[in-house]
Amino acid sequence: MIPTIPQSRSFRLVYGGYVLLFFLYLALPLTVVAVFAFNDSQFPSLPWQGFTWNWFFGDSDPQIGVFHERGILRAVGTSAIVAGCVAMLSVAVGMTNAFLFNRYEFRGKGALYVLMLLPLVIPGIVLGISILIASSTLANGVWDVAQLDIQALRPGLLLVVLGQFSFITTIATLVITARLQKFDRTLEDAALNLGATRLTAVRTITIPFLMPAMIGAVVVAFLMSFENFNTTLMLVGSDAPLTIAMFDRLKEGSTPLLNAVSLLLMLGSSLLALLVILFQRR
Amino acid sequence: MTPDLECADLTKQFGETTAVDNVSFAVPPGSFFSILGPSGCGKTTIMRMIAGFLDPTSGDIRIKGKSVLDTPPNKRPVNMVFQHLALFPMMTIAENIGYGLRRQKTPKDQISRKVDEALDRIGLPGIGGRKVDELSGGQKQRVAIARCMVLEPDVLLLDEPLGALDLKLREHMKIELKALQATFDTTFVYITHDQSEALVMSDQIAVMNAGRFEQVGTGQDLYYRPDTPFVAGFIGDANRWKGRIERVEGAVLEMRTETGLAMRATASNDLSAGDMAEIFVRPETIRLAASADALADFDNQLQGTVTSILFNGAASRVLVQDSVGETLEVTLPQSGEFSGLHRGDTVHIGWGAAQAICFGGGA
Amino acid sequence: MRSHARIGFVLLLTPLVLWLGLLIVIPHIDMLLISLRERISFGVYETSTAQYQKALTEPLYLRTFWRTAVMSVLATGITLLIAFPVAYYIAKMAKGRLQQVLFMFCLIPFYVSELVRTFGWMILLRETGIVSNLLQWTGLADQPVEMLYNDAAMMVGLVYTSMLFMVVPLVTTLESLDDSVIEAGYDLGGGGFSVLREIIIPHAMPGIVSGCIVVFMLSLGNYLTPTMLGGKDSLWFTEMIYNQFIVRSNWELGAAFGFMLLVLSSVIVWGMLRLTGRTLQETMG
Repeated sequence: MIPTIPQSRSFRLVYGGYVLLFFLYLALPLTVVAVFAFNDSQFPSLPWQGFTWNWFFGDSDPQIGVFHERGILRAVGTSAIVAGCVAMLSVAVGMTNAFLFNRYEFRGKGALYVLMLLPLVIPGIVLGISILIASSTLANGVWDVAQLDIQALRPGLLLVVLGQFSFITTIATLVITARLQKFDRTLEDAALNLGATRLTAVRTITIPFLMPAMIGAVVVAFLMSFENFNTTLMLVGSDAPLTIAMFDRLKEGSTPLLNAVSLLLMLGSSLLALLVILFQRR
Repeated sequence: MTPDLECADLTKQFGETTAVDNVSFAVPPGSFFSILGPSGCGKTTIMRMIAGFLDPTSGDIRIKGKSVLDTPPNKRPVNMVFQHLALFPMMTIAENIGYGLRRQKTPKDQISRKVDEALDRIGLPGIGGRKVDELSGGQKQRVAIARCMVLEPDVLLLDEPLGALDLKLREHMKIELKALQATFDTTFVYITHDQSEALVMSDQIAVMNAGRFEQVGTGQDLYYRPDTPFVAGFIGDANRWKGRIERVEGAVLEMRTETGLAMRATASNDLSAGDMAEIFVRPETIRLAASADALADFDNQLQGTVTSILFNGAASRVLVQDSVGETLEVTLPQSGEFSGLHRGDTVHIGWGAAQAICFGGGA
Repeated sequence: MRSHARIGFVLLLTPLVLWLGLLIVIPHIDMLLISLRERISFGVYETSTAQYQKALTEPLYLRTFWRTAVMSVLATGITLLIAFPVAYYIAKMAKGRLQQVLFMFCLIPFYVSELVRTFGWMILLRETGIVSNLLQWTGLADQPVEMLYNDAAMMVGLVYTSMLFMVVPLVTTLESLDDSVIEAGYDLGGGGFSVLREIIIPHAMPGIVSGCIVVFMLSLGNYLTPTMLGGKDSLWFTEMIYNQFIVRSNWELGAAFGFMLLVLSSVIVWGMLRLTGRTLQETMG
């Protein structure tokens, strides 16, 4: 079943057709979401009422567009801040982890590596509640001892950032470790031989080599944070990130406004993904 | 006797390029047939057409006299030893060798008996339970052959299987492959770009270049009586001169090289005065001497300076620069006579017209 | 270890230990402790296994627990069946540019939020949705059809959501299978089916295992899809955790549920690894 093995025409047709169907299945939900962002109606469904840009730019009831809808705009801002923090933190820790696992041999390394992988196999909701419980326990303890109410330990953006950071760091670590493993360490030795200190060698040789992976990890972390739902749901306070805000609206019934937001999300994340691919091909 | 394998006017085109251009040959039963050529000459394409992984654009492939063009690869009575062997890494050695038998629905007890026999024949009894990656390069080689041979194919195809081995092992496997072929008494078709592999093992060799067969013959034919300049240049080493023919006396002719030397050589085909031609002289046919007197019998004589001594045991050579500045490779005799030779020494060299072959059209 | 190497080691180890200790290990210990206590009266708690007893005796809880497990296994199986031929096509049949483009197309939908994907299926499947309209238009139905809020819709959504995580590891392992190994299978007399069974699937096993583990985890831990696409009867275990925590504020029971989910997923992942003789490092790293 590779092109060099002769296959009957009908088999090839059926197989090709199946693959085509699969890609239709992949594209279908996203396509309808995108198309109905332009429906001049209160509902993202048939009948088609004509084309409109109102769900993007409209500024009067009942069709208030994305760019005039304060709630949504604020949620986008919240998500961006959270995602920015998570991306920076997780890539920073991912870097130190990668160097630790790549450069040092120590007792318990294997066990620590497995522990490092665990956040990937813990369901997001469980991660969320465990952090919620731990921070509340801590906050309650502080209150009992010092009568201090630390708001930061109550559900809110700090917990959201920590919750997302707790598993996205694993992904950042894996991405950066994979690249670091391909690094030829004799390059660093060459730099030392040419008079660099160990730290300078890492800064001038190893870090530039890791750059594509770091940028890739930043983008992946940003996107994963921006789209995260499960962990965020358990830790969110009054400032809702975009996914939570959209979920709340979706429960109340949907308007094409949500389609418009979704379309912008799709465009934004595809653009980011494309940037990464272009950057890594260079 | 019907040849085991016969290709008739075989042609394969990929778009505009013709990879195999009207090739015909026949391989008699039980012989070791090699196709020798540089990479990209089309030899792999021929082999993949015989195995059934490519359809020829035109022409026919017959095995034991029957055309197999409509037979899919898994039904053809030929088996192939792949370039990187393609042993199944997910199976043990015994499972690898038994794979084809299982496909033929051979009963289990027969499979295990045949597998054991095959392992005995390749001299590796008792390794059936091992994994592929536990074997050495040479052992894998033998297993790959055994995996095909248990199916008793009419023709065994081997696609440069020695390429991945290191030099020492390759030398050893050449002898072993030849011995295995004798043991199994099966027709082997072997493709390679390594002339020494082809020369050592083959009964017949086809030299291939740019999609065509240049010459088919025994190793001796190709080495001593090349038909074309390509064969003369590809098999073994040669010193070459291009020039214009000045005189022809029967088989012997005289050529004036582009650098102005007069040279006597034997014509390989019809040539006449005024033709452009090229002369090939092998390093081992050139005699080295300290004085011109010792070379009086030779048709061609030159004087030169030693520029380099390439010591390589029995295959040692001397680079000699002649009066017009060309460098010739001359075999260094192992008699000890020239053991004191140094760079810069003046030497005399000579060779007979019979050892210099001339091809027309070398312009 | 020389002294500056020692300092470097400590500096690199600290963030890792802080991260795993404060955000993974301690919270899970806290969760375990909370699940093991019972509220006697306001502010007074006692250590007991009452929460687990409740979870294991109440039929609704137990039923939801097993249903979630079985449906997740089912979703994983379906995803594997759908993804394998596609991954094989991308890895072995498509060549050059087409291969890259197809692979990209597989990735793109997953750069988009799960919420958006689920929303898309809602637009397609609901009573006033596209499929319902299409059926009426073609005459296959004479009134609007509600296709949302049942197990089938939920399954479609679950499979869709996890597809990428099956396709990518499969494509990666299948690509590493040398064409000549497949050709050798045919050359030695194998047919399509036997080559698939004896050569391709054994070779793809690592990819199948890691794909299945990830897809299973994602299905088990999914909240959005069962909530939005599933019906009243398709309660998912994650919904029960959410309800106990946020709606009922019964953290003790919620934590017990959380622990049960964690144990279930660990057992199944461990079982899959045992069955195929692989380690977590090989599979995830």
